[in-house]
Amino acid sequence: MGILNWIRFMIGLSCLFLGMIIFILETIGIFRFKYVLNRMHAAAIGDTLGIGICLLGLMLLSGLNFTTFKIGLIIVFFWLASPVSSHLISRLEVTTNEHLSDVCELPENNSKEEEAV
Amino acid sequence: MSKPLSKEEYDKRLFNRVNGWISGEKDPFLDNMPSDHKKEAITEEELKHLYDEEKLEVVEHVQDIDHNKVYKNFFRLYRILAVICCVTLIALLLFTVSHLPPMGESTNPAHNEVVDKYVRDGLSDTGAVNIVSGMILDYRAFDTFGESNVLFIAACTVLILMRNDKKKEKNIASAIAEEEKRYEPKSDSILQKVTFFLFPIIVIFGIYVILNGHISPGGGFSGGAIIGAAFILYSNAYGFEKTEQFFTEKTYKWVSFSALTFYCLAKSYSFYTGAHHLESGIPLGVPGAILSSGLILPLNICVGMVVACTMYGFYALFKKGGL
Repeated sequence: MGILNWIRFMIGLSCLFLGMIIFILETIGIFRFKYVLNRMHAAAIGDTLGIGICLLGLMLLSGLNFTTFKIGLIIVFFWLASPVSSHLISRLEVTTNEHLSDVCELPENNSKEEEAV
Repeated sequence: MSKPLSKEEYDKRLFNRVNGWISGEKDPFLDNMPSDHKKEAITEEELKHLYDEEKLEVVEHVQDIDHNKVYKNFFRLYRILAVICCVTLIALLLFTVSHLPPMGESTNPAHNEVVDKYVRDGLSDTGAVNIVSGMILDYRAFDTFGESNVLFIAACTVLILMRNDKKKEKNIASAIAEEEKRYEPKSDSILQKVTFFLFPIIVIFGIYVILNGHISPGGGFSGGAIIGAAFILYSNAYGFEKTEQFFTEKTYKWVSFSALTFYCLAKSYSFYTGAHHLESGIPLGVPGAILSSGLILPLNICVGMVVACTMYGFYALFKKGGL
């Protein structure tokens, strides 16, 4: 039983460390990239994968109880809310930036999409 | 009756002379000498030319950042001074903090008979496990009542300042709405699907926070803020046409009014009986149960309703100028 607990503890700890590393990568990415959409990509990685792995580590560390269930709900909430907000911000950038084709490749039927927006 | 004046006589009258002097046509002290500023003035082309020359000079000598010594020195000094300011401030604050009394000592100045009273008698007086809730909604209930009123008054003021007069500026408002529709993803299907799942959960969580205000951390203000945020999310996803189905100016008015009135009456009764050492007749219940601690639960609900309506009302007023 003791060994199992130790294994759980080590896995949880490594999950936390992995999440921290992803957060550091996210921060570097936000400051290194120049364009908004690239930065958004870097930030979204931290908001989904980083926070997911960190909270998974915390779930493993806290064991089977009500707190774990609540942390699981928090993960679900973050994974629903964070990508959608990033999507909205990047969509605003796409709709308002008139020189988008200078920065990235666009699909050829772009005009149709703009009309739909 | 007055007879009509001739043109010359009319020109010589006091009013006309003063008027001419004010408008710069004539100088009354210098024998009707017409002043001609216009001939001395530089023509527009010359002015433009001069301006361009000066601009070029400015750009060459002042805004040439790479070779401008004053600019360089200024920024060097700026950075050094910024670091010095920061370090001084940090040192000052750390010095002050190091002289603060240690936390939790019984000899601290913050530890007086008020704190003692709250900690010792809080549970038996108010029946609330969460002593903070007991304080703000029982011992100091009128303070919280004032805060709720401040929110309501702030919303009223914003309503006065920001409301669109629909009859007059209907065209302008609709034009603005058209412009906004182009830039704002109101009919975003991803946002709508996510809101469809999240909105009820957020509202239920807000209600939970309000109803458990006397048992666990939370209460009217935080729960109301959560519910207001949920309404804002909903109106962002589906537009104001959907939210107007259940939340209009009338709803806002009646919810706020009835909540504040109930709060005022209930707390006045409780303070009146308390001050006269009468039995208030409000059962405190078992501490920790959901239906306990007397008036705190209904008052929390009142505060929560006011805060939720005000949060959403602010958003709607700033966004479209009406609830």
